Amino acid sequence: MAYLVSHPDEVKVVSKRFGKGATDLDRYLELDGYKALQKALTMQPDAIINEVKASNLRGRGGAGFPTGMKWSFVPKQSPKPKYVLCNGDESEPGTCKDRLIFEHDPHSVIEGVMIAALAVRSKTGYIYLRGEYRYLIQIMEKAVADAYARGFIGKNIFGSGVDLDIFVHSGAGAYEVGEESALMESLEGKRGVPRIRPPFPAVVGLWGGPTVINNAETLASVPHIILGGGEWFASLGAPKNGGTRLFCMSGELERPGVYELPMGYNLKKMIYDVSGGMVKGKKLKGVVPGGSSVQILTADELDVAMDFDSVLKAGSMLGSGGVIVIDEQMCIVKFALRVTQFYQHESCGWCIPCREGTDWMKKTLVRMHSGGGVAKDIDNLKYLAENMLGRTFCPLGDAAAMPIISYIQKFRSEFEDHLNGKPCPYEKVAEVALA
Amino acid sequence: MPDVTLTVDGKKLTVPAETLLIEACKSTGIEVPSFCYYPNLSLQGACRMCLVEIEKMPKLQTACTTPVTEGMVVTTESDKIKQARKSMIELLLANHPLDCPVCDAGGECELQDMTFKYGAAESKFMDLKNHREEQQWSPVVYFDRPRCILCYRCIRACGEGMDVWALGIQNRGSGSIIAPNKEDHLECEECGMCIDICPVGALTSGAYRYKTRPWEMKHIGTVCTHCGDGCKTTLGVRRADTGMQIVRGDNRDKSGINGDFLCVKGRYAFDFAHHPERLQQPLIKRDGKLIQTTWEQAFELIAKKFQAILTSDGPASIGVIGSNHTSNEENYLLQKFARLTLGTNNIDHHRTTDFPAFASALAGKENVTASMRDVLHAPAILLIGNDPTNQHPLLAWQIRSNVRLHRAKLYVVNSAPIKLRRQAASFAEIAPGSEGSFVQFLSGKDATADSIASAKLTREALTQLRDQLKNEKELVIIFGSELRDGDVKTLIDFGLAQGAKFICLGDYSNSRGAADMGLYPDMLPGYAPVSSATQFHEEWLDEIPTTPGMNLLQMMDAAKDGKLKALYVVGSNPAARYNIDPFVLSKSFVVVQDMFVTETAKIADVVLPVANAYEKSGTCTNTCGDVQMLKKAGEFAGVRNDFECIVRIAARMGYDVHKLVPFTGGGTRADMGQTRGAQSGEADRHAVWLADHNLEPKMSPYDPTALLDEIQRLVPGYDISRLTLLAGQDVHSQLVQIAGATGTGDPALIMPANDSLFTSGTLGRFSDTLNTVYERYNPPAGLEIAADYDPTVRMES
Amino acid sequence: MKFSDQLEQRFATMVTHYPTKRSVLVPMLLYIQDELGTLTDEAIHEIAQRVELSELEVRNVVSYYSMLRTHPVGKYNFQVCTNVSCLLRGADDIFEHCKKKLGIANKGTTPDGLFTVEEVECIGACSWAPAMMLNYDFHENLTPEKIDQLIDSLKKKEQQ
Repeated sequence: MAYLVSHPDEVKVVSKRFGKGATDLDRYLELDGYKALQKALTMQPDAIINEVKASNLRGRGGAGFPTGMKWSFVPKQSPKPKYVLCNGDESEPGTCKDRLIFEHDPHSVIEGVMIAALAVRSKTGYIYLRGEYRYLIQIMEKAVADAYARGFIGKNIFGSGVDLDIFVHSGAGAYEVGEESALMESLEGKRGVPRIRPPFPAVVGLWGGPTVINNAETLASVPHIILGGGEWFASLGAPKNGGTRLFCMSGELERPGVYELPMGYNLKKMIYDVSGGMVKGKKLKGVVPGGSSVQILTADELDVAMDFDSVLKAGSMLGSGGVIVIDEQMCIVKFALRVTQFYQHESCGWCIPCREGTDWMKKTLVRMHSGGGVAKDIDNLKYLAENMLGRTFCPLGDAAAMPIISYIQKFRSEFEDHLNGKPCPYEKVAEVALA
Repeated sequence: MPDVTLTVDGKKLTVPAETLLIEACKSTGIEVPSFCYYPNLSLQGACRMCLVEIEKMPKLQTACTTPVTEGMVVTTESDKIKQARKSMIELLLANHPLDCPVCDAGGECELQDMTFKYGAAESKFMDLKNHREEQQWSPVVYFDRPRCILCYRCIRACGEGMDVWALGIQNRGSGSIIAPNKEDHLECEECGMCIDICPVGALTSGAYRYKTRPWEMKHIGTVCTHCGDGCKTTLGVRRADTGMQIVRGDNRDKSGINGDFLCVKGRYAFDFAHHPERLQQPLIKRDGKLIQTTWEQAFELIAKKFQAILTSDGPASIGVIGSNHTSNEENYLLQKFARLTLGTNNIDHHRTTDFPAFASALAGKENVTASMRDVLHAPAILLIGNDPTNQHPLLAWQIRSNVRLHRAKLYVVNSAPIKLRRQAASFAEIAPGSEGSFVQFLSGKDATADSIASAKLTREALTQLRDQLKNEKELVIIFGSELRDGDVKTLIDFGLAQGAKFICLGDYSNSRGAADMGLYPDMLPGYAPVSSATQFHEEWLDEIPTTPGMNLLQMMDAAKDGKLKALYVVGSNPAARYNIDPFVLSKSFVVVQDMFVTETAKIADVVLPVANAYEKSGTCTNTCGDVQMLKKAGEFAGVRNDFECIVRIAARMGYDVHKLVPFTGGGTRADMGQTRGAQSGEADRHAVWLADHNLEPKMSPYDPTALLDEIQRLVPGYDISRLTLLAGQDVHSQLVQIAGATGTGDPALIMPANDSLFTSGTLGRFSDTLNTVYERYNPPAGLEIAADYDPTVRMES
Repeated sequence: MKFSDQLEQRFATMVTHYPTKRSVLVPMLLYIQDELGTLTDEAIHEIAQRVELSELEVRNVVSYYSMLRTHPVGKYNFQVCTNVSCLLRGADDIFEHCKKKLGIANKGTTPDGLFTVEEVECIGACSWAPAMMLNYDFHENLTPEKIDQLIDSLKKKEQQ
């Protein structure tokens, strides 16, 4: 069970039912549950899409694509069935927010999926959760079963004449499946290798039918937008970055946890006020603001508004909302190695640059960190990363390349400290400290 | 959709909408490199070699997955692109064993070529490469993981192309590996397409690996000598003690009728040519034993014996049996020899299907036979009988490819659930032996329906099928030897009424040629009856006997009765095929031309060791009627080709060989010079022009092209483009001019070969490689390693 | 091959959720593994037949997903996250401690077949790091002491 935290600066929208027993359907109904769905049932599909467009809601999975626009790409008429797919394959290191939604407010995801289905005239939704989240799959399955039992899902929901089915689906361990086309492959019972795009899922998706794929947090935001109105939601955040966002604060912080803050909230405040600053005796070295795949920001670069556009301007990305705070005792080479090890492990292997690039980056970093680094290693690493960037089959290659390039750019001296037989200076510190 | 105009490297070009950028570039002569892209296979976008710059797109794009759009401006070579491609090569090489000096693919490797082009010569990496041991997946397929670049071509060729799905991809990331269907080995059709299509040396052939280097071989594209489909196989030959030995068969140049395809036989079953039991010297029987002799003595004995028998017992006492593997020129020569030199129509061959009935039913119609190429493009196909997957692998490939790439509608009518049913829009499993009744049903005889219907096929379904077929325009109808005689006629009349084209399936590489060239006791070349006046009667310089001769079985009966005094068997093994008691022929003088001491050769008085189809020039005709050129690839010391043997026997008998072979040389000297046919194919361009116009002087009686001139002039349908033939292409012959052909072939004489993928009649028994594969799937009794490759299990795409 | 009634029922229900049979593959493999401990040859054969795929194709899928395995693991599978958020809060020590305490290497199983330790990628417990999964249960804000208690209590439970 994940622990809840709170802070006065929080604006609780998606998290408003956290800790309030909303897994229970009756309790959920008391807390305005399924009201948005009932409202949506009275709306034209286009009106739903327009409301979401007006909300400036952008994809919470990491890419930040405007949700309303994504929905509007789905053709109105389709000979093949249309689908809504909730991406709950939360796997980006530093990210643990969807978990809380599934755990505390499962019906909000169901409701979001259903509204999306109404918006694109789909009759079937799937909620895909990563296999490791078994206890959440059980929660979700129960929520779906409860909703079916009340007739909220199924035939003729709320007497509207609309039929809508929702199914919960388990993954089995694969970060790559978080990529939307790989997610569809996985749901179809295949290896989680991304598809060639175009065609995009909105046109040719699951089993060839038009498919809307959204992150769980994105979909959980939708009922609130329908009830509160797009303009209200947009006003909570920054320009073109509507609403609030669950930020996952991790690292050596006094009060790590998941906080719901308005889009555009200041990163420095997020660290020093909301999360209580660094653990006593630790100093901040850098921050990875959006999950392990984004560029690092140094201690001097933290005065940034946490919305998609501002973080991009600051040289990184808002990504998945996983704010990883790195302290001075962490060796950047070791950190780079751990990040690279992850992408090497998770690369699907389909394309050359990602498959081979992550492998050689890992090999080089392992050797460097264990004292076998040579001068050309640093440039080689950079060369590998730069030649992966923008050339891989899917964004995983970029995710593996971007952080490494930024680490070398901003912490080159730490890499240089590992060359020519010099052992990792940080390991030494640890040893000394032990002695 | 309207065509699209785009600019590539400053060139404006217009291509059909939805064309892939990589193909559009190709059409204007710009080659965009790729490993994973392969025409007609599904798109991968995996190797990233085809990255190009497209205006208004910030990232490089893969040309193999990008359809062209109006006004697109593309750059295919720039520093940025070069660097991207170079880095891909560097990454591939980083983990590559770089064992090029010993790798089979060295010199023929796309990775080598690409490295050369993009100059990834510097080694940046110093860490250990990932290694895995080499695996043997089947008698003929080896896999060397470290060389694999994961282009997935093999998986797609096997699955999408062959519909076998025996290869997959396992693990992920840098651990990704191509995996065979039985964990550590393969169970499949052993076609070896995975080896051919592999751009590097990861998949290698058990029959070839580590034997030689590609540049040490000469590569000759000729026609496969096994089934009747006529695939082009490229034979790699290298000098050995016995002459030019064939060390490899493959499909590297893809220019043949078979496109990308080649089966297990065309690829591996060339090794009969250097089988240890291959004869190198003529044999004569002395005291019941075959002993070695000289060519002189052998020819002398044959000529003397034939002469003596002709004098004492007359032409009717000699019989001739021809071959399904020899060239058209040899077959034509053999029947001419029988009819003119021996003066008999006692000539036949092992018939595998009813070509005479086919020719007779089509007599006088134009453009009604389908070529092997037509099968790839026909909008609808009806297949009655036969199992092409086993008996006509190329035909099966064409059908599958057509269904997959062009959405052809396939109707399969068969008494067994043959594998091609998986591509069929409609599969009618009829009662065993009811193919003829089905044809009668098609023609409107509803009463036959009861005998066709089975537990798996209702009468209603039959009627529905007939209605559907009647509505198919441009149907290609393909039928096996199950249909004979009157049934063939009925089927063809049914099809002709709606403009269908036809293919009659016969077994072996030149069975159609043997039939077309008149290896029948009652028919001359072109199925012309012996009894009526024909162009042959006018042109041939000697008299043609007009009464039909004995067929093969009648000859055996005559031999039993002591009336067949001599039998001349060229490239055939009737003793085994027709299960003839050796005693039957004990009183006859038997001459056999073969590579081996076959069951028939065992009972011969003289055995002449001859060349096979891979060791000679000439033409052959596949079961569809497509004519192709055989090119001499191998050599085997001591043997001569059948053509020469026939001419020499005739000459020894005192017959004027000018009457057999219209060569323009002067008198025949004692040795009559060297066999020239062997050297054809190396002519200069002037000679090619002459040859195309049939003006090339034919100076030798052993020149098969001298007879090809005559065949082209006299045999209906064979007036085909010689230039196309010389260029190594196939030319479809039409049966159009055969008005009045007779269908008197006795259907009882037809014995289909019933070869499987891993057998090939007598020839196949002498291919060790083919036998090894065969035994792998058909283990001798007592060994329980039977294959459980189930062709009915199919991967979903 | 027949699975438990519960699993059979799950399979029967699941196949109705999708337009193609093979869509049940990934979750079904995981549920079968939960029941059998590992994906045996027999299980792969069975599921291949049920979803009408070749065994090869099923193995292609099995080998892709990191949770699926064709070898058994201990009754208590300690899957310790060492990814960045956990790393920052001492995951290496936790992982080392687990190995040392149980006397096994990464991906090793104790001779009694009770415990397996495995280093895993991010499990989504970043804000409560360091963390691990014991079978499907999350254990968060770990300390070496907590690990000791956990192992001891499991051992005790097994002795009873």
